Amino acid sequence: MWAESFLLIFESCLLLPSSKVGYGIGGQMLNAILTAQKGHGAPFRGLLDTLNAPSPHRLPSTIARDDEHLLVAAAQAGDAAAFEELVNRYEGKIFRLTRNITGNHEDAEDAMQDAFLKAYAHLQDFHGDSRFYTWLVRIAANEALMRLRKRRPNHFSLDEPIAGETDLFPRELEDWGPTPEQKYAQTELQSLASDVIERLEPEFRVVFLLRDFEELSTQETAEALGISVPAVKSRLLRARLKLREKLQRHFRQGAPN
Amino acid sequence: MNCKGVIRELSNYIDGDLDPLVKQELERHLEHCEDCTMIVDQTKKTIEILCGSQPVSLTADVRSRLHAALREKTGQKPT
Repeated sequence: MWAESFLLIFESCLLLPSSKVGYGIGGQMLNAILTAQKGHGAPFRGLLDTLNAPSPHRLPSTIARDDEHLLVAAAQAGDAAAFEELVNRYEGKIFRLTRNITGNHEDAEDAMQDAFLKAYAHLQDFHGDSRFYTWLVRIAANEALMRLRKRRPNHFSLDEPIAGETDLFPRELEDWGPTPEQKYAQTELQSLASDVIERLEPEFRVVFLLRDFEELSTQETAEALGISVPAVKSRLLRARLKLREKLQRHFRQGAPN
Repeated sequence: MNCKGVIRELSNYIDGDLDPLVKQELERHLEHCEDCTMIVDQTKKTIEILCGSQPVSLTADVRSRLHAALREKTGQKPT
């Protein structure tokens, strides 16, 4: 009960306007909280220390994910440094996504950059219905898809029915023997994973990336890509089966490394 | 449930989206079908392996271009 009240007071303090400290928490209030906190553990010590630091705008990415909404609120209130911290936090993941979708370094960089710029321009449209990262993923996926379509016009469509839906049973079935993690070093496994994902057709790849890689829900994936929930499910099943088959060639017993 | 039924429901089973009765039926099939058990296990493993990669570290020049573009947009001075 005490902890809940404390959290509420603490969070509202963070959002108060103040010229003294980046996220609006005054020194007196901060000291009062720290005093009240004595004897009750220090769950917020890291964040408080950071906010009390000489350069409070530069929050390290190690802070718990729970503070994401504070950063978003600050960015929406016009704090550009708070937005930059969100970028610091997610740039690696967003670049991985745009690179996995486009399969091209230049397009991936452009898509990532435009995604962050668009997100900044449309920050007021984010109403907290999903995680901020999920919202960002949707923007980035569409930027990446736009570039992929430019490179390969008429090459793929996300909303066309899939041919041969009835014949899904895997043709190749073999025991994978020792676990792949034992057979491959971590770096080899990562390189193999990127390669296998890149070789999957875009209409399956993008659904797999959003659902399994970025852990969007089926509904969120459908909304992000502008396709139906059954279309997401059908493409995801295909994607998973195709990827299993591609890995099979590497992991079956006796397969060369 | 037969093997085709298992494949049709494979994603829903992995995602925990199956109706309890259908799930029970599917698991009853897995108890005696080695092929389907192998497919289920390998598909789970596939997701685990492919989604286990780390975020990419941006090279210094990519990062610098990104942050320069952001600062131009936000009007913020470099820190």
